Amino acid sequence: MNETDLGLWAVPLAMIGGAIRVSTPFLFVSLGECLTERSGRINLGLEGTLVFGAMSGYAVAYESGSAWIGVLAAALAGMLFGFFHGWVCKLPKVNDIAIGIALMLLGMGLAFFFGKPFVQPQAPDLPAISFGWWSDISQVQAALQVNVLFLIGIVLTVAMGWMFRTTRIGLIVRVVGDSTDAARSMGLNPNVVRLLATGAGGALAGVGGAYLSLYYPGSWNEGLSSGQGLMAVALVIFARWSPVNCFWAALLFGGAGALGPALQSVGISSGYYLFYAAPYVLTLGLLIATSSPNRALESAPGELSITK
Amino acid sequence: MSTGTSTELRAPERRGFADIAPRLEPLIIPIGALLGGLLAFSVFLVLLGKSPVDFFGLVYKAGFGTAFSWQNTLSRVAPLLLTALCVALPARLGLVVIGGEGAVVLGGLAAAVVGTALSGAPTAIGIPLMMLAAMLIGGLWIGAVGALRIRRGVNETISSLLMAYIAIALLNHLVEGPFRDPASLNKPSTAPLDPALRVGDLPGMDVHWGFVAGIVACIVAWVLIERTTWGFAARIAGGNIRAAQVQGLPVGRLIICFTAAGGACAGLAGFFEVSAIHGSANGSLVSGYGYTGILIAFLARHNPLAIIPVAILLSGFEASSGLIQRRMDLPDATILVLEGIVFVAILVSETLYGRFRIFTPRAEEQP
Amino acid sequence: MNRRTISRRSLLKAGAATGALAAASALPFGAAHAADLTVGFIYVGPKDDFGYNQAHAEGAAAVKEMAGVTVVEEENVPETVAVQKSMESMINFDGASLMFPTSFGYFDPHILAVAPKHPDVRFQHAGGLWSADKHPKNAGSYFGYIGLGQYLNGITAGHATKSKKIGFVAAKPIPQVLMNINSFLLGARAVDPTITCQVIFTGEWSLAVKEAEATNALADQGCDVITCHVDGPKVVVETAAGRGAFVCGYHADQSPLAPAKYLTGAEWNWANVYTGMVKTMMSGGTIDNFVRGGLSDGFVKMSPLGPAVSDTARNQFEAAKAEIMKGGFLIIKGPINDNKGNVIAPAGKAFAEDDIALESMDYLVEGVIGSTS
Repeated sequence: MNETDLGLWAVPLAMIGGAIRVSTPFLFVSLGECLTERSGRINLGLEGTLVFGAMSGYAVAYESGSAWIGVLAAALAGMLFGFFHGWVCKLPKVNDIAIGIALMLLGMGLAFFFGKPFVQPQAPDLPAISFGWWSDISQVQAALQVNVLFLIGIVLTVAMGWMFRTTRIGLIVRVVGDSTDAARSMGLNPNVVRLLATGAGGALAGVGGAYLSLYYPGSWNEGLSSGQGLMAVALVIFARWSPVNCFWAALLFGGAGALGPALQSVGISSGYYLFYAAPYVLTLGLLIATSSPNRALESAPGELSITK
Repeated sequence: MSTGTSTELRAPERRGFADIAPRLEPLIIPIGALLGGLLAFSVFLVLLGKSPVDFFGLVYKAGFGTAFSWQNTLSRVAPLLLTALCVALPARLGLVVIGGEGAVVLGGLAAAVVGTALSGAPTAIGIPLMMLAAMLIGGLWIGAVGALRIRRGVNETISSLLMAYIAIALLNHLVEGPFRDPASLNKPSTAPLDPALRVGDLPGMDVHWGFVAGIVACIVAWVLIERTTWGFAARIAGGNIRAAQVQGLPVGRLIICFTAAGGACAGLAGFFEVSAIHGSANGSLVSGYGYTGILIAFLARHNPLAIIPVAILLSGFEASSGLIQRRMDLPDATILVLEGIVFVAILVSETLYGRFRIFTPRAEEQP
Repeated sequence: MNRRTISRRSLLKAGAATGALAAASALPFGAAHAADLTVGFIYVGPKDDFGYNQAHAEGAAAVKEMAGVTVVEEENVPETVAVQKSMESMINFDGASLMFPTSFGYFDPHILAVAPKHPDVRFQHAGGLWSADKHPKNAGSYFGYIGLGQYLNGITAGHATKSKKIGFVAAKPIPQVLMNINSFLLGARAVDPTITCQVIFTGEWSLAVKEAEATNALADQGCDVITCHVDGPKVVVETAAGRGAFVCGYHADQSPLAPAKYLTGAEWNWANVYTGMVKTMMSGGTIDNFVRGGLSDGFVKMSPLGPAVSDTARNQFEAAKAEIMKGGFLIIKGPINDNKGNVIAPAGKAFAEDDIALESMDYLVEGVIGSTS
């Protein structure tokens, strides 16, 4: 280690590093939820999916010796949860918000139940790519250690944005999300589209969980997630159902979360609880500033139960 | 909720099962679903090589089987009733508020701060003022969520969640800073409440008065929703806010009132935690009651009276968790799995309403 | 931790499970009265957290080995009415007559509410300040001077650091934590008085991502030896080692998590303390209401020194340890100021390890970068 004294520059650097390190689970969960909600279904239970993904990813990575097989297992587990949610919610009169909350409990319960034997063992970590080779400063190098899943998240963001804008699949999801009747009249089966969108959303949330257990912080225990899955679902509303906005929201959240520790490390240490609340205050402030009573529902999918 | 039948209640001359069958439907379906969920969980246990008979025997014993078990169960109910109302009341207007936790912790803090200031005051003055403070702060906090929705079009789900995290940060900051009792060394807290300002237990029981307050709050909420013009207007507005606005209903005022009332209930839960349990405000107030309340409200289909049995059932499960861990060598998460399976089953069973002909008998089909 | 250990652990677990199942099937609803003494342990988190709860659970495991003793345990019990009911459930259904509710927050109000209702049951609490005029006679508190363990941690850190900056990830600025931070720095300053210690408070006892961020922020500031006081040090240890820093452990032995970077660690020795208390109870004696002890009393122990500890470091470590083993070690020695310039102790005044004044510590000593509020 060869640390340079960065002075106050440590704060923005930590926020960049923190944004890259912390944002990935938010990004994956919110992209998944974005897809699901665009199809007119809400899955509030992705916190449970995330936690179960973290556990199953860690367990499988430990048993198989490969972190990537773990990620795959987490995606599969998440997809199962998603499919179950999608299948149940297509039954008439079943409330998707309520089912989501119950599945959150079930996902966490199953994860804690089967995760007990995996708290102690150490599973292999996911690899990171170093983008800081151009700098001699070790802190810059550390901040620019970028995990492959984060890069995949960026690709997914762009791809999903493009899909909604220009592809036929994107159009189908949007039509189904905006009006069940219109979709039916076009010969689409809304239930199948929503089932697939919920399954895919669950898979992405599972991957988000695997990032937590297999990279950062990189271990499995029952307190691993502090509500990231629930927060990410809420961020989708903040991002107004745009994948690109989901990406920025996740980055903002991760970066603001690094503010508290970074400020303490440069000596600004009183009132640290308030600094730790920065992501929430900032998001709320932006939300209030950018909302307006007249165009509140503008970009919301028409069939979404939470904004109806 | 069992809406939609009010207009045809007057049908005369119905007798026997055909008469009561439609009323039985909202009882029999969830009970059937509960049994179905327990059966599914039994399969889970059998697959693990554990005996479902032993398991449910222990759940019954620890949750409902003895006088102690009942007190164990009921002592957990109070905060759940009140936080469930924080979800159920706004839900009548179609709002999904998930941040009741924030009102609980700030309500508790407000009660503790007012209680500290009133040290030495008689019970009859101090306790009502503490309750008022808790309900006021809780009401303002969640009412603000409603106001943001009306004035700025901010989605209440995300704003209430964000505000819950902000509330917890405020609690921690204030309890470790300005409001800290210097004598609370290793657990930063506000000053301990005067014994006169502590709410006691029900006569002959180990359950505090918050249980009664929660039941009363549920009944009052039910009357408000089912028996007043306000409740009626809220139900109309909940169906379609735009349509209600066109009809000239005071939607803005309704939303603010219902969110504030819900927040006041959650704040009251905070008061009882502080006055009956903790004796001061500190980080232990953050224990997730606000989130459990969401689940209970949805299971009760936002019917305040149905909240009571659901909260008691959930508390009974929680009360049995310890004995399950100790006697069957199962992890504490077992009860979470049980709750998850049972609640999914109950929620899925909602699809069955109206499916069984036996509950909707017609005159010509009767023997 | 390697695979073989795990499978042995799970085998043991499976064995225990079968035994418990058989017992449960034979007598599903009877109370477990067979043993002479039933001891209840309650944990606030998971009992394999590599930290606070694991340290207590290791103590419970040692009690379980004793003849004539039945141990009942519950984990993840929050500091609400739930813990009061867990205690009473153990008393009513299992006949527990000695309770170890181990989380700090269980004492006031929960043990204080339950103990008077059950005068025949003894409640032992870690860390609380039991006082004769305020608290029930059947409750008691015990604690260890683990600050001296952090002092020894600091000696190995002082030798290992090249940047002369060491770091501490702390949960909350409370006396027990401040004592550990100060001791860690004072140990390091016994090696080199120019060393400083950066502290970051996470605000919570268990918050994985924040602990990782705090550790990264310390590494960014150039701290090259890091320790912590949070409930589960696993995340801090792994993250610090991942950044190339050395680590000192806390609560339990974390050396398997970072074998090359682990210098040593300050561990609880609850197995010794708990078996002693249980023996006292079983022989009809009474446990003192207020018990404290340090390294020399077997309340606290050190992890074996890691491979990165140099010979000079080892010598100073062993010498200091021998000094501490004599008892009455002067940990805060004047002249010493806090980090705001106020005098803590003038020249000639000192606080020994067992000075009760240290249990209400509200300062960080000079050289610690950080503030208590």
